[in-house]
Amino acid sequence: MVAPLTTAPRVVSLGVETFSLELARLGVAVEHVAWRPPAGGDERLAALLARLDARRGDIDAANKEALGRMVEGQPVLVDCRPAREALALPDRTVLHAGPPIAWQGMCAPLRAAVLCAVRYEGWAANDDAAAALVEGGGIALAPCHHWQAAGPMTGIITRSMPVFVVENRAWGNRAHATINEGLGRVLRFGANDESVVARLRWLATEAGPLLGAALRASGGLDLRALMAQALRMGDEMHQRNVAASSLLARALMPHVARAGDRHHAVARLAEFIAGNDQFFLNVAMAAGKALADPAGGVAGSTLVTAMARNGTDFGIRVSGLGERWLTAPVSTPVGLYFPGFTAADANPDMGDSAIVETIGLGGAAMAASPAVARFVGAGGLGEALAATEEIAEISLGAHPYFHIPTLDDRGAPVGIDVRLVVETGIAPLINTGIAGHAPGTGQVGAGVVRAPLACFELALEALALGLTDGEGRV
Amino acid sequence: MPAFNRIWTSAYHDSVTLMRLARDIEAVPGVRRAAAMMGTPQNRALLAEAGLLAPEGDKATPNDLVIAVVADDASALDAAENAARAALSARPAGAPGGGAKARPRTLDSALRLMPDATLALISVPGAYAAAEAMKALRAGLHVMLFSDNVPLDAEIALKRFALERGLFLMGPDCGTAILDGVPLGFANAVARGRIGIAAASGTGVQEVACLIAREGEGLSHAIGVGGRDLSDQVGGLMMERALEALAADPATAVICVIGKPPGPAVARRLAARVRALGKPCVAHFMGEAADAGAGAWHRAATLEDAALAVVALARGQTPRAREFTAPAGEIEALVEGAARRLAASQRFVRGVYAGGTLAYEAIGILSASLEDVGHAVTGAGAGHRVVDLGEDRFTVGRPHPMIDGSVRREWIEREAADPSTAVLLLDVVLGYGAHPDPVAEIAPALARAHAGADAAGRGLAVVASVCGTDADLQNRAGQVDALTALGALVMPSNAQAARLAALIATWAVRAVR
Repeated sequence: MVAPLTTAPRVVSLGVETFSLELARLGVAVEHVAWRPPAGGDERLAALLARLDARRGDIDAANKEALGRMVEGQPVLVDCRPAREALALPDRTVLHAGPPIAWQGMCAPLRAAVLCAVRYEGWAANDDAAAALVEGGGIALAPCHHWQAAGPMTGIITRSMPVFVVENRAWGNRAHATINEGLGRVLRFGANDESVVARLRWLATEAGPLLGAALRASGGLDLRALMAQALRMGDEMHQRNVAASSLLARALMPHVARAGDRHHAVARLAEFIAGNDQFFLNVAMAAGKALADPAGGVAGSTLVTAMARNGTDFGIRVSGLGERWLTAPVSTPVGLYFPGFTAADANPDMGDSAIVETIGLGGAAMAASPAVARFVGAGGLGEALAATEEIAEISLGAHPYFHIPTLDDRGAPVGIDVRLVVETGIAPLINTGIAGHAPGTGQVGAGVVRAPLACFELALEALALGLTDGEGRV
Repeated sequence: MPAFNRIWTSAYHDSVTLMRLARDIEAVPGVRRAAAMMGTPQNRALLAEAGLLAPEGDKATPNDLVIAVVADDASALDAAENAARAALSARPAGAPGGGAKARPRTLDSALRLMPDATLALISVPGAYAAAEAMKALRAGLHVMLFSDNVPLDAEIALKRFALERGLFLMGPDCGTAILDGVPLGFANAVARGRIGIAAASGTGVQEVACLIAREGEGLSHAIGVGGRDLSDQVGGLMMERALEALAADPATAVICVIGKPPGPAVARRLAARVRALGKPCVAHFMGEAADAGAGAWHRAATLEDAALAVVALARGQTPRAREFTAPAGEIEALVEGAARRLAASQRFVRGVYAGGTLAYEAIGILSASLEDVGHAVTGAGAGHRVVDLGEDRFTVGRPHPMIDGSVRREWIEREAADPSTAVLLLDVVLGYGAHPDPVAEIAPALARAHAGADAAGRGLAVVASVCGTDADLQNRAGQVDALTALGALVMPSNAQAARLAALIATWAVRAVR
C-alpha cells in the first residue's frame, strides 16, 4: 500500500546533510544515509549491481529463504569419532583448510602440516619420503569444506584423527571439526615436530574416544543455546572462546567422568581442556559449517555461505552459485604478536575458521567481545560497537538467537550479502590467529583481516550475468 | 643483552590487553624487546624461548603478571613498569559506547532502521542519482530527486516506473517541496492552509509560497515535478499526477501551477485536466502573458501575480495584477534618487541570482521594457544581463549559491566593477537548506562594490528582493534591514525588483539623452 504523497512523509535522505538536519530539527522522522558512490564509483560494478537490482524481488525472496535456513538451524554436538568413521575419509587423503589448492601452490606452514599428517598416519617415515609421496600424487588433497568439515588454520584432517560431530537437527545435516590442539607447537599452525605427533596420538587414542563416549552418553549438547550464552559472556567465538570452552567443559565433564573408567585419562582430558581457552573454537566451526551448509544452493540468493582461506587464496561460496569457490589472493592479518615475533614472521591468512563470521559471530559480533576489539585499533567498546555496526551494513538480517548485550540485545548481524559488500566496499572483518610463515614456528600472534573484495566482485559478476558453474547451475 | 622481569602479584589482565601492553612497553627508550604475560607455565616457557625470562619471572604463578624486557640495563624496567601502569590506567578517547550513532551507508540499510519510510530525498551527484532513485522506487518509496544532471531518458524511465506503482517521482532538479507541512530541500516556513502548488520550478515555489504567506494565506502542499516535466518529451507525467493528488486532497481548496511554458501536447492535456479538477486553478508559465479570460485556468504573468491571484480565488475575490506595492510617487522618487547618481557610462541592469526561476523571471520583466537583454541566464552579453549561479556549470564541485556565497561575491564585484553597470539586481533566498545569514555572505562584496564605484567617481544602484518569511530561521525582516543598511533598495517581490531595476536603467539613459 503506497502512502499518499499528501501525508507527512517519513524520509530517508541521501546526499546533502543539511536537508536531513533541518528535518530532524523540525521533528520530522528522517534517516540520513552516509552515502558514497556505489562500488567506489566503479561503473562496471555499479552496472552489475543495477542489473541485480532489477531482479530485486526474486533475490530478496531467495535470500529470505537462504537466511532462514541458516539462522533456524539447531546445531547439536553429538559425537567425537575418527574421521574414517565420521566422514568415511579414505586412506592417503589429507583434508586442508580453504578453497582447493595444489601442493605446488601451498604456503610453507600448510605444506609442513601436510607432511606431518602423512608421517602421523604412517604413510611415510619422514618428511622427505612424505614430500616425495605427495609430489608423486600419492596423496589426495581436498578442502575440508568438500567433506562436511571445517579446519582451523592449516585445517589438516586425516582418517585416524578424531573429529567432533555436529548434527543440525533442524535440517538433518552434519558437520565436523578436529579437537583443538591448544597453543604453541601444533599441527594447525604448521608445526610438525615429534611433540605435535605425540599430541595427535594422545587425541586419537585417549581424548577422542573419551569425548565420543561422553557425548554419545549425553544425548547431545545443544550448541545454539551454549553459543548464545557464551556471546553474553564476552566471547565472539573466534578470537575469544574462554566462556564457551568453560560452558562446554561444565556440560561435558560429568559425562566424561562417568564414561571414563580410567581416572587418570579423565584428569588428563580435564587438564587439557582447562589449559586451552580456544578449546571451543573447533566446535564453533563445526557448528558454523552445520548452520551454513543448508543455506547453500538457493537459486538467485546472494548470501555468502562460506569464507575460507588456505594461506594462498581466500575463497567464498555464495548460495545462488552452488558449490563454486570465488577466490582471490589472501591478505595478511594485522595484529599483535607474541614475545619474540613481529609482523615479519606472519604467514598470510589461513583457515576455515571464518565460517564463524559467516554465521554472524567472530568479527561480526565484535560488540559482544570488547576485549577482542583491542586487536582492531585503540580498542574499547566504542570500536567494538562500530565494527559490528559496520558488518550490519553488509548483512541481510539480525540473528534471532545470537544476541549482543552491548547492543541492547540486538541480534548479531548475520547473512553477508554479496551485493551489499560490493556496493559499500565494506569487506567482512575476520578475527584470526596468525601463523608463523616459517614451517614449525606455530602461532606468532593474533589479529584481524578483511576478506578480499575481489571475491565478492567475482561473485557479483557471476550472479548478475547468470554464469553457471559448469554443471548448468547458475 | 640481559632480560629483566618484574612480577605484579595477583594482577589479572586479558591476553589481548597484555599484547597491546607489550607493544606500549616496547616503545619505551632503552627497551629492546618486551612482553607482558600472565605467569602460567606455558607462558613462562614462551618467555624463556624468546629470551625474555629472568629468574624472578620464573617464580610467577598463573595469577601473576610478568613484565619482561630485554634492555641495556635494569633502569629500563622501571620505565617499562611506569609505561605499563600509564597504559593500563589510560581511558580510551570518547565515552564507552562510542557516542555517535552509526550511520547507514545504503538506502537498504536505512530502510532496515526505518521500515515505514515513505519518501526518499535524493541529493547525490547526478551520475548516481537515477540509480538511487530507481532503488527507492523499487522499495516502494516516493522520491524527491533534488539532484540535477539526470539524463532525460532516465527521467522518463523513472517517471513511468513510478506511475506503474502509484508513486511520485518529484524531479529531477526538484529544489523544493512541502508535503503536509514538511519542507523538503530548499523551502520556507509557511503556515498550513488551503492553497496547493504543483510546480516545475524550485525558487518559483519559494517565491509564490512566501508571497502567499505574506498575504495571510497558507499552503496545503507544494509538489515539485522537475523542470522538464512539462516538456512534450516527458509529457507532464508528474504534473498530471500532482494535479490529481491536489484535486483529491480535502485540505486543498485552490491550486497554483508554476513552470516553464508546457509543450503544445502537454498544454492541451493539462488544460483538459484542469477543467475537470473542480477546484479553481491559477497558472504561471514563465514568460507567458497574463490571461484572466475564459480559459481553463487563470493565467498570471509573474510569480507575484500568481500568488495574489490564488489568494484572491481562495477568498472568492477577483484576481488583480500588481505592478508595485508602493504608490507611484514613491517609486518615482526611488528611481530618480538612484538614477541621478549614475555616470553617463552606466546604462545596464546586471542581475546576479541564486534562484533559477527568479533569474528567468527577471529576464522576462527586463525584456518587456528594455532592449538588448541577454536571453539566457548565463550572464553573457554586453547589455542587460542576468546570471543564475545555481546553474549546473557554476555548481560543479562547489556548493549551491544559496548555501555558500563565494561565487556570488565574485560575480557581484565583477559586475559592479564594469563601468557600464547601472543597477545590480539581486535575489536573496531564505529558508530551510539555505545559508543561515545570506546577506552577511554577500555584504563584503556589496561594500567593496560601493567603495569601488565611489573611487571611480560613479554611483551604483543595488536593487534586491528577499524571498522568505519572518518565520524562516534567517528572519526576512532582519535580512531586509541588513540589505537596506548596505545601500540596497529592497522590493517586496522579485517582479517588483526587476521592474524597479528596469525603470532606473530607463531613467538613466533618458537623462543622458
